[in-house]
Amino acid sequence: MNSLLGWLDQRTGYKAIVKHALYENVPGGARWRYVWGSTLTFCLVVQFITGFFLWMAYSPSSQTAWESVYYIQHEMMGGWFLRGLHHYTAQAMNVLLVLHLMQVVIDGAYKAPREINFWFGLGLLLLVMALSLTGYLLPWDQKGFWATKVATSIAAITPVFGAELQKLIIGGSDYGHHTLTRFFALHAGVLPASIIALLVGHIYLFRRHGLKAKEPRMRPDAAFWPDQVLKDAVACLAVLATVLFLILRSHGAELTAPADPSEPYSAARPEWYFLFLFQFLKYFPGGTEIWGAIIIPTVVLLVVFAMPFIGNWKLGHRFNLGLMWSLLAGVGLLTWLAITEDGRNPEYLAGVKIAHIEAARVKELAQSPSGISQLGAANLLRTDPLTQGPKLFAKNCASCHRYDGHDGMGNHPKDAQSAPDLKGFASRQWLAEMLDPAKVASTNFFGGTKFREGKMVKFVKKDIAGFSPEEKAQLIKVVAAISAEAELPDQRPADQAETALIAEGRTLAAGDVMRCTECHQFRKKDEEASAPDLTGYGSREWLIGIISNPAHERFYGKRNDRMPAFGKDEALDAQSIGLLTDWLRGDWYRAPARNTASAAH
Amino acid sequence: MAEHDDASQPGRRDFLLKAAAVGIGAVTTLVPAGAGLVTLLDPLRHKAKAGTFLRVATLNSLPEDGTPRQYPVVSERQDAWNKFPQVRVGAVYLRRMGKEVQALNVVCPHAGCFVNYSANHNHYVCPCHDSVFGLDGAIKNPRSPSPRPLDTLEVKVNDDGGVWVKFENYRAGIHEKIVAS
Repeated sequence: MNSLLGWLDQRTGYKAIVKHALYENVPGGARWRYVWGSTLTFCLVVQFITGFFLWMAYSPSSQTAWESVYYIQHEMMGGWFLRGLHHYTAQAMNVLLVLHLMQVVIDGAYKAPREINFWFGLGLLLLVMALSLTGYLLPWDQKGFWATKVATSIAAITPVFGAELQKLIIGGSDYGHHTLTRFFALHAGVLPASIIALLVGHIYLFRRHGLKAKEPRMRPDAAFWPDQVLKDAVACLAVLATVLFLILRSHGAELTAPADPSEPYSAARPEWYFLFLFQFLKYFPGGTEIWGAIIIPTVVLLVVFAMPFIGNWKLGHRFNLGLMWSLLAGVGLLTWLAITEDGRNPEYLAGVKIAHIEAARVKELAQSPSGISQLGAANLLRTDPLTQGPKLFAKNCASCHRYDGHDGMGNHPKDAQSAPDLKGFASRQWLAEMLDPAKVASTNFFGGTKFREGKMVKFVKKDIAGFSPEEKAQLIKVVAAISAEAELPDQRPADQAETALIAEGRTLAAGDVMRCTECHQFRKKDEEASAPDLTGYGSREWLIGIISNPAHERFYGKRNDRMPAFGKDEALDAQSIGLLTDWLRGDWYRAPARNTASAAH
Repeated sequence: MAEHDDASQPGRRDFLLKAAAVGIGAVTTLVPAGAGLVTLLDPLRHKAKAGTFLRVATLNSLPEDGTPRQYPVVSERQDAWNKFPQVRVGAVYLRRMGKEVQALNVVCPHAGCFVNYSANHNHYVCPCHDSVFGLDGAIKNPRSPSPRPLDTLEVKVNDDGGVWVKFENYRAGIHEKIVAS
């Protein structure tokens, strides 16, 4: 073994290098305050290792980026942990950078002859921030997409060549494949390579000038190895333990719904360590953003870069210290303001809630038997009735209708309800309530419409109210039969179990006793019919029909009360009407109950 | 490490310090490396889909004289995160032999290239390393780089004339015909 090492040493001289590295003099002995540089190097190593492994599973294009990260996060063995490690170590790095910088300034380690090394350090700080910014976009989820969109829009306000700059950064006029290929090349290639170059210079100069000891020196000088190495290792372990705690607490890094330029995202915020810049921009009214986004940050940065020179003046070091502490306090204050303002912002909070719901939903859909098609995962949510139905309902229907008393999204519209509540429309319960003399004239059915005094309401209030017990029993069968026309997914078991009852109800509905066909047509063409068709009542085709054109003679004809013809007038496209219909009918993919969940209950 | 065995206090303290430093340093780097390796090994958890009978042709479309014809095999495919309901997953040569049909996987068992049917010579030839196979798939050139004949696949002909092939891929480069998993 020794001869082998000797052979190696003769050819490489590694022993001298190791000796030089390990026996660096630490003036005044090992101290905890010197650990920050090492923890940062450690974080960088963790980022390189985890980054390389993530790289092996990541696919940068707008139809595969989210999908590959989803696959890492939810399908690959330990992928959530690997991604969590990369994500939280990045956060730790931003904190440690500030600590390292503060330690250097407080100890006066930025002054001559260490100016250049100080600048190297500031350069590294900026590069790490650039890594954070580019990395935030790579999962191509709603959060990263919208937050980065803000950041690159700010680039566009750069004077003279702002528009061109933005175009170059995002690889075109709009976000797309080339935004990702560029950001990924920066994130995994250009920026890490630049960091290595600067870090080599940083450590070389650090060794050249030696460690700047904090006075007074408590103990005699000692070698870097082993005392300081141990302290550094313990500090790295503490960083790692914090990161592990954060990963386990949140089960890895968040992955929100796939980026969709057509879906607004009210919860768009930069990562927390950029929140201060986000908050700062709020104070610059339209047209003056350039001050908040570019001029002031650049001036502050230039002053910080000039600190080694300022430090030469009599009160320079105190000025520098004051500046750094004020900057830190300012950043802290702005961050705190951003967080508290968001905490009081109902739109943001609602946005976060929707983001969580959609993130969970898209995961369900991706794991459904049909999986993720070539169209990508954004299409899963775009074509999901459960996701789109409530939004469409709130925007198009809720000014008159309600869904379980709200607008579909859980909010209460300001306009009074003037049309039926459509939760459970055409179900047996809904129909039974509609035919209930006490409820038929409520706003949940005809109360808000001009049919309040109409034939149907009169029929229910007078005739049905006077039904004999036998007739009431028949009515239940009619309700089952009409409801069966809808073929609602939730009612399938009941519909299949009670075919005899439904057949009986059908005969009754078509007959004279129940008087349905006096106004409605049911399973038989009737030119005289003056009320909506009961054939296929509440079915997908029927609902699409009435939403498309309620004034069609099959539905309300000329008597239609205010309901717009969404399809005929092209207020909604066919896909949207289909999604709305499927949602109203409760027709969407339901994930099977997971065994673990049922075991827990 | 013999110099520390004398149990003198500074020596022992020094040794413990060094051991702790190395130990902690090792643990901290093993965590990211281990996490990465676990994820890297993920493909080993997944088995290839077991072969199923797929309809690839009709008997009527096969030349009666026994000339082989190539057909694509269409099936559902899961490619990492993407699911393709109907996509070409491979190809087969089908050859009519009376009422029977013979199916050969088009992939050369040597190194996985796609073999061509040469109508002039009435045999299959691999464009990569010149392995030559007879119509029945048997090795024809004595110094064939391919270790085994072309892989035959199970075939069923239904009453309606549909030709169903149990499509499977086999491991390349070995004498035995073993399903790739």
